[in-house]
Amino acid sequence: MDINSIRSQFPILSKKINGKQLVYLDSSNSSQKPLNVLNSLDYFYKNEFSNIGRSIHSLAVNATNKFEETRISVKNFINANSKEEIIFTKNATESINLIATTFGQMSIKKGDEILITELEHHSNYVPWHYLRETRGAIIKFAPINDDGDIIIEKFKELITSKTKIIAVTHLSNVTGTIVPIKEIVEIARKKNIPVLVDGCQSAPHIKIDVKDLDCDFYAISCHKVYGPTGVGILYAKKKWLEKLPPYNGGGGMISEVNKNQITYAPLPEKYEAGTMPTAEVVAFNESIKFMQSIGIDNIIKHENELTNYTLEKLKKINSVNIVGNPRNKAGVISFTIKGIHPHDISTIVDEEGVAIRAGHHCCQILHKRLNLNATARASIGVYNTKEDIDVLCDAIKNCRKIFELK
Amino acid sequence: MDLKQLYQDIILEHGKSPRNFGICNEYTHEAKGHNPLCGDQVEVYLKLNKESKVENLTFKGSGCAISIASTSIMTELVKGKSIEKAKKLVVDFLNMIKNGTIIKSDELDEDQKTKMMSLSGVKQYPMRVKCATLAWHTLTSAMEGNKEKVNTEVLD
Ligand SMILES: Cc1ncc(COP(=O)(O)O)c(C=O)c1O
Repeated sequence: MDINSIRSQFPILSKKINGKQLVYLDSSNSSQKPLNVLNSLDYFYKNEFSNIGRSIHSLAVNATNKFEETRISVKNFINANSKEEIIFTKNATESINLIATTFGQMSIKKGDEILITELEHHSNYVPWHYLRETRGAIIKFAPINDDGDIIIEKFKELITSKTKIIAVTHLSNVTGTIVPIKEIVEIARKKNIPVLVDGCQSAPHIKIDVKDLDCDFYAISCHKVYGPTGVGILYAKKKWLEKLPPYNGGGGMISEVNKNQITYAPLPEKYEAGTMPTAEVVAFNESIKFMQSIGIDNIIKHENELTNYTLEKLKKINSVNIVGNPRNKAGVISFTIKGIHPHDISTIVDEEGVAIRAGHHCCQILHKRLNLNATARASIGVYNTKEDIDVLCDAIKNCRKIFELK
Repeated sequence: MDLKQLYQDIILEHGKSPRNFGICNEYTHEAKGHNPLCGDQVEVYLKLNKESKVENLTFKGSGCAISIASTSIMTELVKGKSIEKAKKLVVDFLNMIKNGTIIKSDELDEDQKTKMMSLSGVKQYPMRVKCATLAWHTLTSAMEGNKEKVNTEVLD
Protein backbone atom coordinates (compact mmCIF):
# COMPACT_ATOMS: atom_id res chain seq x y z
CA MET A 1 0.00 0.00 0.00
CA ASP A 2 1.49 3.31 -1.11
CA ILE A 3 0.48 5.80 1.55
CA ASN A 4 1.89 8.79 -0.31
CA SER A 5 -0.13 8.02 -3.36
CA ILE A 6 -3.23 7.64 -1.19
CA ARG A 7 -2.59 10.92 0.57
CA SER A 8 -2.04 12.71 -2.72
CA GLN A 9 -5.61 11.82 -3.64
CA PHE A 10 -6.93 13.98 -0.78
CA PRO A 11 -6.40 17.65 -1.64
CA ILE A 12 -7.53 18.79 1.81
CA LEU A 13 -4.64 16.99 3.50
CA SER A 14 -2.20 19.53 2.13
CA LYS A 15 -4.11 22.44 3.66
CA LYS A 16 -2.75 24.48 6.54
CA ILE A 17 -4.82 25.01 9.67
CA ASN A 18 -3.71 27.80 12.00
CA GLY A 19 -0.52 27.94 9.96
CA LYS A 20 0.22 24.25 10.54
CA GLN A 21 -0.12 21.24 8.30
CA LEU A 22 -3.57 19.71 8.81
CA VAL A 23 -3.53 16.44 10.74
CA TYR A 24 -7.00 15.05 10.30
CA LEU A 25 -7.94 12.60 13.04
CA ASP A 26 -11.71 13.01 12.96
CA SER A 27 -12.65 10.44 10.33
CA SER A 28 -15.19 8.74 12.61
CA ASN A 29 -17.09 11.98 12.49
CA SER A 30 -16.76 12.20 8.74
CA SER A 31 -14.02 11.10 6.39
CA GLN A 32 -12.31 13.31 3.84
CA LYS A 33 -13.02 12.74 0.16
CA PRO A 34 -10.59 11.54 -2.51
CA LEU A 35 -10.21 13.27 -5.87
CA ASN A 36 -12.09 10.70 -7.90
CA VAL A 37 -15.18 11.36 -5.75
CA LEU A 38 -14.78 15.13 -6.02
CA ASN A 39 -14.21 14.90 -9.76
CA SER A 40 -17.24 12.70 -10.17
CA LEU A 41 -19.47 15.31 -8.49
CA ASP A 42 -18.02 18.03 -10.68
CA TYR A 43 -18.18 16.00 -13.90
CA PHE A 44 -21.71 14.80 -13.28
CA TYR A 45 -23.07 18.28 -12.66
CA LYS A 46 -21.20 19.75 -15.62
CA ASN A 47 -21.89 17.04 -18.17
CA GLU A 48 -24.48 14.53 -17.10
CA PHE A 49 -26.90 16.04 -14.65
CA SER A 50 -30.56 15.25 -14.83
CA ASN A 51 -33.16 14.02 -12.41
CA ILE A 52 -33.52 10.27 -12.51
CA GLY A 53 -36.31 7.81 -13.10
CA ARG A 54 -38.82 10.27 -14.50
CA SER A 55 -38.03 11.79 -17.87
CA ILE A 56 -37.17 9.63 -20.86
CA HIS A 57 -34.69 11.94 -22.57
CA SER A 58 -31.12 10.75 -23.02
CA LEU A 59 -29.64 12.67 -20.12
CA ALA A 60 -32.21 11.24 -17.73
CA VAL A 61 -31.64 7.72 -18.96
CA ASN A 62 -27.90 8.04 -18.55
CA ALA A 63 -28.21 9.58 -15.07
CA THR A 64 -30.59 6.82 -14.03
CA ASN A 65 -28.16 4.19 -15.26
CA LYS A 66 -25.30 5.76 -13.34
CA PHE A 67 -27.41 5.93 -10.19
CA GLU A 68 -28.33 2.28 -10.52
CA GLU A 69 -24.70 1.34 -11.12
CA THR A 70 -23.91 2.61 -7.63
CA ARG A 71 -26.69 0.45 -6.24
CA ILE A 72 -25.07 -2.61 -7.80
CA SER A 73 -21.65 -1.58 -6.48
CA VAL A 74 -23.09 -1.20 -2.98
CA LYS A 75 -24.78 -4.59 -3.26
CA ASN A 76 -21.43 -6.14 -4.15
CA PHE A 77 -19.54 -4.08 -1.55
CA ILE A 78 -21.63 -5.51 1.30
CA ASN A 79 -22.46 -8.79 -0.45
CA ALA A 80 -26.23 -8.42 -0.48
CA ASN A 81 -28.38 -10.87 -2.43
CA SER A 82 -29.96 -8.43 -4.82
CA LYS A 83 -30.01 -4.75 -5.68
CA GLU A 84 -33.62 -4.54 -4.49
CA GLU A 85 -32.23 -4.88 -0.99
CA ILE A 86 -30.27 -1.63 -1.26
CA ILE A 87 -32.22 1.54 -0.41
CA PHE A 88 -30.65 4.98 -0.68
CA THR A 89 -31.43 7.32 2.20
CA LYS A 90 -30.06 10.58 3.54
CA ASN A 91 -27.74 9.00 6.12
CA ALA A 92 -27.56 6.07 8.53
CA THR A 93 -29.78 7.99 10.92
CA GLU A 94 -32.54 8.04 8.33
CA SER A 95 -31.95 4.38 7.54
CA ILE A 96 -32.50 3.46 11.18
CA ASN A 97 -35.53 5.75 11.49
CA LEU A 98 -37.00 4.14 8.41
CA ILE A 99 -36.86 0.70 10.00
CA ALA A 100 -37.87 1.84 13.48
CA THR A 101 -40.91 3.62 12.08
CA THR A 102 -42.12 1.03 9.61
CA PHE A 103 -41.27 -1.97 11.76
CA GLY A 104 -42.81 -0.23 14.74
CA GLN A 105 -46.00 0.40 12.78
CA MET A 106 -46.22 -3.20 11.72
CA SER A 107 -45.03 -5.10 14.75
CA ILE A 108 -44.69 -3.12 17.97
CA LYS A 109 -47.48 -3.13 20.54
CA LYS A 110 -47.59 -1.89 24.11
CA GLY A 111 -45.20 -3.86 26.29
CA ASP A 112 -43.14 -5.22 23.40
CA GLU A 113 -39.41 -5.06 23.95
CA ILE A 114 -36.60 -3.61 21.89
CA LEU A 115 -33.09 -4.69 22.83
CA ILE A 116 -30.20 -2.31 22.19
CA THR A 117 -26.85 -1.87 23.95
CA GLU A 118 -25.04 0.67 26.10
CA LEU A 119 -22.68 1.30 23.18
CA GLU A 120 -25.27 2.83 20.89
CA HIS A 121 -25.02 6.19 19.18
CA HIS A 122 -28.10 8.38 19.75
CA SER A 123 -29.07 7.53 16.18
CA ASN A 124 -29.62 3.95 17.24
CA TYR A 125 -31.51 4.84 20.40
CA VAL A 126 -33.73 7.88 19.79
CA PRO A 127 -35.66 6.29 16.86
CA TRP A 128 -36.55 3.37 19.18
CA HIS A 129 -37.39 5.81 21.96
CA TYR A 130 -40.10 7.19 19.68
CA LEU A 131 -41.68 3.73 19.74
CA ARG A 132 -41.51 3.82 23.50
CA GLU A 133 -43.38 7.13 23.45
CA THR A 134 -45.89 6.39 20.72
CA ARG A 135 -46.50 2.66 21.12
CA GLY A 136 -45.54 1.89 24.70
CA ALA A 137 -42.53 -0.23 23.78
CA ILE A 138 -39.92 -1.08 26.40
CA ILE A 139 -36.26 -0.46 25.61
CA LYS A 140 -33.65 -2.66 27.23
CA PHE A 141 -29.95 -1.90 27.23
CA ALA A 142 -27.54 -4.81 27.04
CA PRO A 143 -24.70 -3.90 29.41
CA ILE A 144 -21.03 -3.62 28.56
CA ASN A 145 -18.05 -4.33 30.78
CA ASP A 146 -15.40 -1.74 31.62
CA ASP A 147 -13.39 -2.80 28.57
CA GLY A 148 -16.26 -1.71 26.34
CA ASP A 149 -17.31 -5.21 25.29
CA ILE A 150 -20.94 -6.30 25.33
CA ILE A 151 -21.46 -8.96 27.99
CA ILE A 152 -22.96 -11.68 25.83
CA GLU A 153 -24.33 -13.70 28.74
CA LYS A 154 -26.27 -10.66 29.99
CA PHE A 155 -27.36 -9.92 26.45
CA LYS A 156 -28.88 -13.40 26.19
CA GLU A 157 -30.65 -13.00 29.51
CA LEU A 158 -32.33 -9.81 28.33
CA ILE A 159 -34.04 -11.55 25.43
CA THR A 160 -37.60 -12.55 26.32
CA SER A 161 -40.66 -13.75 24.47
CA LYS A 162 -41.58 -10.07 24.12
CA THR A 163 -38.36 -9.02 22.36
CA LYS A 164 -39.42 -7.88 18.90
CA ILE A 165 -36.20 -6.49 17.46
CA ILE A 166 -32.52 -6.17 18.36
CA ALA A 167 -30.54 -3.11 17.26
CA VAL A 168 -26.81 -2.98 17.78
CA THR A 169 -23.75 -1.18 16.47
CA HIS A 170 -21.11 -3.07 14.53
CA LEU A 171 -18.30 -0.81 15.71
CA SER A 172 -18.44 1.66 18.58
CA ASN A 173 -17.69 5.27 17.68
CA VAL A 174 -16.22 5.80 21.17
CA THR A 175 -14.34 2.70 22.26
CA GLY A 176 -13.70 1.27 18.80
CA THR A 177 -15.20 -2.03 19.97
CA ILE A 178 -15.88 -4.41 17.10
CA VAL A 179 -19.09 -6.14 18.15
CA PRO A 180 -19.47 -9.87 17.37
CA ILE A 181 -22.51 -9.40 15.16
CA LYS A 182 -22.49 -12.95 13.86
CA GLU A 183 -22.73 -14.33 17.36
CA ILE A 184 -25.54 -11.92 18.21
CA VAL A 185 -27.47 -12.81 15.06
CA GLU A 186 -27.11 -16.52 15.85
CA ILE A 187 -28.58 -15.92 19.29
CA ALA A 188 -31.41 -13.87 17.79
CA ARG A 189 -32.12 -16.43 15.05
CA LYS A 190 -32.92 -19.10 17.60
CA LYS A 191 -35.73 -16.87 18.87
CA ASN A 192 -36.71 -15.56 15.45
CA ILE A 193 -35.90 -11.95 16.33
CA PRO A 194 -34.74 -9.62 13.54
CA VAL A 195 -31.44 -7.77 14.01
CA LEU A 196 -30.63 -4.27 12.82
CA VAL A 197 -26.94 -3.37 12.63
CA ASP A 198 -25.68 0.21 12.78
CA GLY A 199 -22.78 -0.07 10.36
CA CYS A 200 -21.80 3.58 10.40
CA GLN A 201 -18.31 3.06 11.77
CA SER A 202 -17.69 -0.41 10.43
CA ALA A 203 -18.26 0.40 6.76
CA PRO A 204 -14.97 2.29 6.27
CA HIS A 205 -12.90 0.05 8.53
CA ILE A 206 -13.82 -3.63 8.25
CA LYS A 207 -15.11 -6.07 5.68
CA ILE A 208 -18.89 -6.19 5.54
CA ASP A 209 -20.68 -9.28 4.35
CA VAL A 210 -24.38 -9.08 5.17
CA LYS A 211 -24.96 -12.61 3.87
CA ASP A 212 -22.37 -13.99 6.23
CA LEU A 213 -23.59 -11.85 9.14
CA ASP A 214 -27.16 -12.86 8.28
CA CYS A 215 -28.50 -9.66 9.85
CA ASP A 216 -31.88 -8.33 8.73
CA PHE A 217 -30.99 -4.65 8.40
CA TYR A 218 -27.72 -2.76 7.98
CA ALA A 219 -27.34 1.04 8.05
CA ILE A 220 -24.46 3.04 6.52
CA SER A 221 -23.61 6.74 6.12
CA CYS A 222 -21.67 7.30 2.91
CA HIS A 223 -19.94 10.45 4.18
CA LYS A 224 -17.96 8.30 6.61
CA VAL A 225 -16.90 5.97 3.79
CA TYR A 226 -14.97 8.50 1.69
CA GLY A 227 -18.23 9.52 0.05
CA PRO A 228 -20.31 12.69 -0.22
CA THR A 229 -22.67 13.96 2.46
CA GLY A 230 -26.38 13.53 1.92
CA VAL A 231 -26.35 9.81 1.11
CA GLY A 232 -27.01 6.86 3.35
CA ILE A 233 -27.68 3.22 2.72
CA LEU A 234 -30.22 0.90 4.17
CA TYR A 235 -29.68 -2.76 3.49
CA ALA A 236 -32.69 -4.89 4.34
CA LYS A 237 -33.56 -8.46 3.54
CA LYS A 238 -36.06 -8.50 0.70
CA LYS A 239 -38.67 -10.34 2.74
CA TRP A 240 -38.79 -7.36 5.12
CA LEU A 241 -38.94 -4.68 2.47
CA GLU A 242 -41.80 -6.50 0.82
CA LYS A 243 -43.70 -6.83 4.07
CA LEU A 244 -43.04 -3.49 5.78
CA PRO A 245 -45.24 -0.48 5.01
CA PRO A 246 -43.77 2.40 2.99
CA TYR A 247 -42.00 5.25 4.80
CA ASN A 248 -41.92 8.65 3.08
CA GLY A 249 -44.71 9.16 0.62
CA GLY A 250 -44.43 11.15 -2.59
CA GLY A 251 -43.20 11.03 -6.14
CA GLY A 252 -41.17 8.09 -7.31
CA MET A 253 -42.46 5.59 -4.75
CA ILE A 254 -45.89 5.00 -6.25
CA SER A 255 -47.18 2.78 -8.98
CA GLU A 256 -50.74 3.97 -9.54
CA VAL A 257 -52.52 6.85 -7.88
CA ASN A 258 -56.31 7.17 -7.72
CA LYS A 259 -58.51 9.40 -5.63
CA ASN A 260 -59.39 6.55 -3.35
CA GLN A 261 -56.49 4.20 -3.71
CA ILE A 262 -52.73 4.20 -4.22
CA THR A 263 -50.43 1.35 -5.10
CA TYR A 264 -46.73 1.51 -4.40
CA ALA A 265 -43.74 1.07 -6.64
CA PRO A 266 -41.77 -2.18 -6.51
CA LEU A 267 -38.50 -2.37 -4.62
CA PRO A 268 -36.29 -0.50 -4.16
CA GLU A 269 -38.24 2.59 -5.34
CA LYS A 270 -40.97 1.93 -2.76
CA TYR A 271 -38.61 3.43 -0.19
CA GLU A 272 -37.10 6.22 -2.28
CA ALA A 273 -39.67 8.99 -2.31
CA GLY A 274 -38.89 12.37 -3.83
CA THR A 275 -35.83 13.54 -5.74
CA MET A 276 -32.75 11.69 -4.56
CA PRO A 277 -29.21 13.09 -4.05
CA THR A 278 -28.41 11.97 -7.55
CA ALA A 279 -24.90 13.33 -8.08
CA GLU A 280 -23.89 12.19 -4.60
CA VAL A 281 -25.12 8.64 -5.13
CA VAL A 282 -23.30 8.53 -8.45
CA ALA A 283 -20.13 9.83 -6.78
CA PHE A 284 -20.35 7.24 -4.02
CA ASN A 285 -19.58 4.60 -6.63
CA GLU A 286 -16.17 6.26 -6.84
CA SER A 287 -15.73 5.95 -3.06
CA ILE A 288 -16.23 2.22 -3.33
CA LYS A 289 -13.78 2.09 -6.24
CA PHE A 290 -11.31 4.09 -4.17
CA MET A 291 -11.47 1.57 -1.33
CA GLN A 292 -11.30 -1.38 -3.70
CA SER A 293 -8.31 0.09 -5.49
CA ILE A 294 -6.43 -0.08 -2.19
CA GLY A 295 -8.02 -3.34 -1.13
CA ILE A 296 -10.04 -3.67 2.03
CA ASP A 297 -7.51 -6.11 3.53
CA ASN A 298 -4.74 -3.55 3.03
CA ILE A 299 -6.88 -0.86 4.63
CA ILE A 300 -7.51 -3.08 7.65
CA LYS A 301 -3.83 -3.93 7.98
CA HIS A 302 -2.71 -0.31 7.73
CA GLU A 303 -5.32 0.93 10.20
CA ASN A 304 -4.60 -1.87 12.67
CA GLU A 305 -0.92 -1.01 12.68
CA LEU A 306 -1.69 2.62 13.16
CA THR A 307 -4.20 1.92 15.92
CA ASN A 308 -1.65 -0.11 17.84
CA TYR A 309 0.98 2.55 17.30
CA THR A 310 -1.42 5.23 18.60
CA LEU A 311 -2.36 3.22 21.67
CA GLU A 312 1.27 2.53 22.53
CA LYS A 313 2.31 6.16 22.10
CA LEU A 314 -0.63 7.57 24.03
CA LYS A 315 -0.13 5.14 26.89
CA LYS A 316 3.41 6.43 27.29
CA ILE A 317 2.17 9.96 28.02
CA ASN A 318 1.58 10.50 31.71
CA SER A 319 -2.01 10.86 32.87
CA VAL A 320 -3.49 9.82 29.53
CA ASN A 321 -6.23 7.27 30.01
CA ILE A 322 -7.56 5.27 27.05
CA VAL A 323 -11.30 4.71 27.16
CA GLY A 324 -12.11 1.01 26.89
CA ASN A 325 -9.94 -1.93 26.05
CA PRO A 326 -12.11 -4.12 23.84
CA ARG A 327 -11.10 -7.56 22.58
CA ASN A 328 -11.31 -6.40 18.98
CA LYS A 329 -10.68 -2.74 18.31
CA ALA A 330 -10.60 -0.56 15.23
CA GLY A 331 -9.06 2.89 14.77
CA VAL A 332 -11.36 4.83 17.06
CA ILE A 333 -9.38 5.91 20.10
CA SER A 334 -11.05 7.90 22.86
CA PHE A 335 -9.01 9.16 25.76
CA THR A 336 -8.99 11.52 28.69
CA ILE A 337 -6.18 13.38 30.41
CA LYS A 338 -6.37 13.78 34.13
CA GLY A 339 -6.65 17.49 34.88
CA ILE A 340 -7.50 18.65 31.37
CA HIS A 341 -11.00 18.71 29.97
CA PRO A 342 -11.39 17.21 26.46
CA HIS A 343 -12.52 20.57 25.09
CA ASP A 344 -9.37 22.22 26.24
CA ILE A 345 -7.38 19.37 24.68
CA SER A 346 -9.20 19.83 21.38
CA THR A 347 -8.68 23.61 21.31
CA ILE A 348 -4.99 23.29 22.12
CA VAL A 349 -4.19 20.54 19.61
CA ASP A 350 -6.19 22.43 16.98
CA GLU A 351 -3.63 25.18 17.32
CA GLU A 352 -1.12 22.64 16.00
CA GLY A 353 -3.41 21.80 13.07
CA VAL A 354 -4.67 18.59 14.68
CA ALA A 355 -8.38 17.90 14.22
CA ILE A 356 -9.84 15.60 16.86
CA ARG A 357 -13.28 15.52 18.44
CA ALA A 358 -14.18 16.25 22.03
CA GLY A 359 -17.48 15.69 23.80
CA HIS A 360 -19.85 12.79 24.26
CA HIS A 361 -19.81 11.83 20.56
CA CYS A 362 -23.60 11.35 20.58
CA CYS A 363 -23.19 8.55 23.14
CA GLN A 364 -24.44 9.94 26.44
CA ILE A 365 -25.59 6.53 27.69
CA LEU A 366 -22.11 5.13 27.17
CA HIS A 367 -20.41 8.11 28.79
CA LYS A 368 -22.69 7.85 31.81
CA ARG A 369 -21.97 4.13 32.02
CA LEU A 370 -18.23 4.88 32.04
CA ASN A 371 -18.67 7.79 34.49
CA LEU A 372 -17.28 10.27 32.02
CA ASN A 373 -18.72 13.64 31.03
CA ALA A 374 -16.72 13.91 27.88
CA THR A 375 -13.79 12.31 26.08
CA ALA A 376 -11.32 13.34 23.41
CA ARG A 377 -11.30 11.12 20.35
CA ALA A 378 -8.71 10.54 17.67
CA SER A 379 -10.08 8.49 14.81
CA ILE A 380 -8.12 7.08 11.94
CA GLY A 381 -8.69 6.99 8.21
CA VAL A 382 -6.78 5.17 5.50
CA TYR A 383 -4.80 8.36 4.79
CA ASN A 384 -3.34 8.74 8.29
CA THR A 385 0.29 8.03 9.10
CA LYS A 386 2.52 7.47 12.10
CA GLU A 387 3.73 11.03 11.62
CA ASP A 388 0.15 12.22 12.18
CA ILE A 389 0.11 10.36 15.47
CA ASP A 390 3.48 11.83 16.43
CA VAL A 391 2.12 15.35 15.85
CA LEU A 392 -0.94 14.50 17.95
CA CYS A 393 1.20 13.21 20.80
CA ASP A 394 3.45 16.28 20.72
CA ALA A 395 0.37 18.48 20.77
CA ILE A 396 -0.95 16.55 23.77
CA LYS A 397 2.35 17.14 25.51
CA ASN A 398 1.80 20.83 24.82
CA CYS A 399 -1.58 20.60 26.58
CA ARG A 400 0.17 19.19 29.59
CA LYS A 401 2.69 22.01 29.46
CA ILE A 402 0.03 24.71 29.28
CA PHE A 403 -1.80 23.12 32.18
CA GLU A 404 1.50 22.61 33.97
CA LEU A 405 0.99 18.93 34.53
CA LYS A 406 4.05 17.05 35.62
CA MET B 1 -5.13 33.46 17.57
CA ASP B 2 -2.99 32.89 20.56
CA LEU B 3 -3.48 30.16 23.12
CA LYS B 4 -1.89 32.32 25.82
CA GLN B 5 -4.72 34.81 25.34
CA LEU B 6 -7.21 32.04 25.95
CA TYR B 7 -5.45 30.14 28.67
CA GLN B 8 -4.24 32.98 30.83
CA ASP B 9 -2.74 32.02 34.17
CA ILE B 10 -5.71 33.40 36.02
CA ILE B 11 -8.05 31.14 34.03
CA LEU B 12 -5.91 28.06 34.52
CA GLU B 13 -5.69 28.83 38.21
CA HIS B 14 -9.45 29.28 38.67
CA GLY B 15 -10.03 26.23 36.47
CA LYS B 16 -7.88 24.14 38.76
CA SER B 17 -9.05 25.58 42.08
CA PRO B 18 -12.47 27.09 41.64
CA ARG B 19 -13.76 29.47 44.31
CA ASN B 20 -17.17 29.17 45.92
CA PHE B 21 -17.56 25.57 44.86
CA GLY B 22 -20.40 23.67 46.51
CA ILE B 23 -23.93 24.31 47.70
CA CYS B 24 -24.25 27.29 50.04
CA ASN B 25 -26.43 27.26 53.12
CA GLU B 26 -29.89 28.76 52.97
CA TYR B 27 -29.77 29.58 49.29
CA THR B 28 -32.91 31.33 48.06
CA HIS B 29 -32.47 30.81 44.33
CA GLU B 30 -31.01 28.05 42.23
CA ALA B 31 -30.80 27.15 38.56
CA LYS B 32 -29.31 24.45 36.40
CA GLY B 33 -27.64 24.91 33.05
CA HIS B 34 -26.04 22.69 30.48
CA ASN B 35 -24.25 22.91 27.22
CA PRO B 36 -25.61 19.96 25.25
CA LEU B 37 -22.88 20.18 22.65
CA CYS B 38 -20.07 19.41 25.05
CA GLY B 39 -21.88 18.06 28.09
CA ASP B 40 -20.86 20.86 30.46
CA GLN B 41 -23.17 21.06 33.47
CA VAL B 42 -23.53 23.78 36.05
CA GLU B 43 -25.78 24.40 39.06
CA VAL B 44 -25.84 27.86 40.59
CA TYR B 45 -26.92 28.54 44.20
CA LEU B 46 -27.75 32.09 45.15
CA LYS B 47 -28.60 33.56 48.52
CA LEU B 48 -30.34 36.92 48.35
CA ASN B 49 -30.87 38.83 51.60
CA LYS B 50 -33.79 41.07 52.51
CA GLU B 51 -32.26 44.05 50.71
CA SER B 52 -32.01 41.98 47.51
CA LYS B 53 -28.27 41.81 47.81
CA VAL B 54 -26.29 38.72 46.77
CA GLU B 55 -25.12 37.47 50.13
CA ASN B 56 -23.70 34.26 48.78
CA LEU B 57 -23.21 32.66 45.39
CA THR B 58 -21.82 29.17 44.86
CA PHE B 59 -21.84 26.55 42.14
CA LYS B 60 -21.41 22.91 41.34
CA GLY B 61 -20.66 21.41 38.01
CA SER B 62 -18.26 19.90 35.57
CA GLY B 63 -16.72 21.32 32.47
CA CYS B 64 -13.63 22.57 30.74
CA ALA B 65 -11.13 25.02 32.20
CA ILE B 66 -12.89 27.93 30.51
CA SER B 67 -16.32 27.11 31.87
CA ILE B 68 -15.12 26.36 35.42
CA ALA B 69 -12.95 29.50 35.51
CA SER B 70 -15.74 31.65 34.12
CA THR B 71 -18.13 30.34 36.77
CA SER B 72 -15.62 30.73 39.57
CA ILE B 73 -14.77 34.30 38.54
CA MET B 74 -18.44 35.11 38.21
CA THR B 75 -19.17 34.03 41.78
CA GLU B 76 -16.35 36.24 43.04
CA LEU B 77 -17.45 39.30 41.09
CA VAL B 78 -21.15 39.04 41.77
CA LYS B 79 -21.02 38.29 45.47
CA GLY B 80 -21.97 41.34 47.52
CA LYS B 81 -23.70 43.14 44.64
CA SER B 82 -27.34 44.15 44.57
CA ILE B 83 -29.47 42.13 42.20
CA GLU B 84 -29.76 45.08 39.76
CA LYS B 85 -26.00 45.45 39.66
CA ALA B 86 -25.55 41.73 39.29
CA LYS B 87 -27.84 41.76 36.28
CA LYS B 88 -25.83 44.63 34.80
CA LEU B 89 -22.62 42.68 35.26
CA VAL B 90 -24.09 39.75 33.34
CA VAL B 91 -24.97 42.10 30.47
CA ASP B 92 -21.46 43.60 30.54
CA PHE B 93 -19.88 40.17 30.54
CA LEU B 94 -21.95 38.90 27.62
CA ASN B 95 -21.19 42.08 25.67
CA MET B 96 -17.51 41.59 26.28
CA ILE B 97 -17.53 37.94 25.16
CA LYS B 98 -19.71 38.45 22.11
CA ASN B 99 -18.90 41.97 20.95
CA GLY B 100 -15.54 42.61 22.52
CA THR B 101 -16.90 45.54 24.54
CA ILE B 102 -14.42 46.79 27.14
CA ILE B 103 -15.60 46.51 30.75
CA LYS B 104 -16.16 49.99 32.15
CA SER B 105 -18.45 49.15 35.06
CA ASP B 106 -18.12 51.41 38.12
CA GLU B 107 -19.07 48.43 40.20
CA LEU B 108 -15.72 46.73 39.74
CA ASP B 109 -12.30 47.81 40.90
CA GLU B 110 -9.28 47.46 38.59
CA ASP B 111 -8.41 44.01 39.88
CA GLN B 112 -11.89 42.75 39.32
CA LYS B 113 -12.00 44.25 35.84
CA THR B 114 -8.76 42.46 34.98
CA LYS B 115 -10.28 39.24 36.22
CA MET B 116 -13.34 39.66 34.08
CA MET B 117 -11.27 40.74 31.07
CA SER B 118 -9.12 37.63 31.41
CA LEU B 119 -12.00 35.77 29.79
CA SER B 120 -12.21 38.11 26.80
CA GLY B 121 -9.80 35.93 24.77
CA VAL B 122 -12.66 33.48 24.34
CA LYS B 123 -14.14 35.76 21.70
CA GLN B 124 -11.41 34.57 19.31
CA TYR B 125 -12.61 31.00 19.72
CA PRO B 126 -16.26 30.93 18.60
CA MET B 127 -16.65 27.26 19.51
CA ARG B 128 -15.74 28.06 23.10
CA VAL B 129 -17.97 31.07 23.69
CA LYS B 130 -20.70 28.89 25.17
CA CYS B 131 -18.25 27.43 27.66
CA ALA B 132 -17.75 30.91 29.07
CA THR B 133 -21.35 32.10 28.95
CA LEU B 134 -23.08 29.06 30.45
CA ALA B 135 -22.66 30.10 34.09
CA TRP B 136 -23.75 33.68 33.46
CA HIS B 137 -26.90 32.60 31.65
CA THR B 138 -27.59 30.20 34.49
CA LEU B 139 -27.14 32.99 37.05
CA THR B 140 -29.71 35.07 35.16
CA SER B 141 -32.05 32.14 35.23
CA ALA B 142 -31.58 31.80 39.00
CA MET B 143 -32.17 35.50 39.59
CA GLU B 144 -35.32 35.41 37.50
CA GLY B 145 -36.56 32.27 39.20
CA ASN B 146 -36.79 30.24 35.99
CA LYS B 147 -37.47 26.58 36.50
CA GLU B 148 -36.31 25.34 33.14
CA LYS B 149 -32.74 24.18 32.68
CA VAL B 150 -30.64 26.70 30.78
CA ASN B 151 -29.54 25.42 27.38
CA THR B 152 -26.72 27.31 25.69
CA GLU B 153 -27.83 26.00 22.29
CA VAL B 154 -31.04 27.99 22.61
CA LEU B 155 -29.49 31.11 24.12
CA ASP B 156 -26.33 32.01 22.27
C1 LIG C 1 -22.09 4.50 15.38
C2 LIG C 1 -22.80 5.62 14.66
N1 LIG C 1 -24.09 5.49 14.38
C3 LIG C 1 -24.78 6.45 13.74
C4 LIG C 1 -24.18 7.63 13.36
C5 LIG C 1 -24.99 8.67 12.67
O1 LIG C 1 -24.52 8.96 11.42
P1 LIG C 1 -25.20 10.09 10.53
O2 LIG C 1 -25.19 11.32 11.36
O3 LIG C 1 -24.37 10.17 9.33
O4 LIG C 1 -26.59 9.60 10.24
C6 LIG C 1 -22.82 7.81 13.65
C7 LIG C 1 -22.15 9.08 13.27
O5 LIG C 1 -21.59 9.78 14.05
C8 LIG C 1 -22.12 6.79 14.31
O6 LIG C 1 -20.83 6.93 14.62
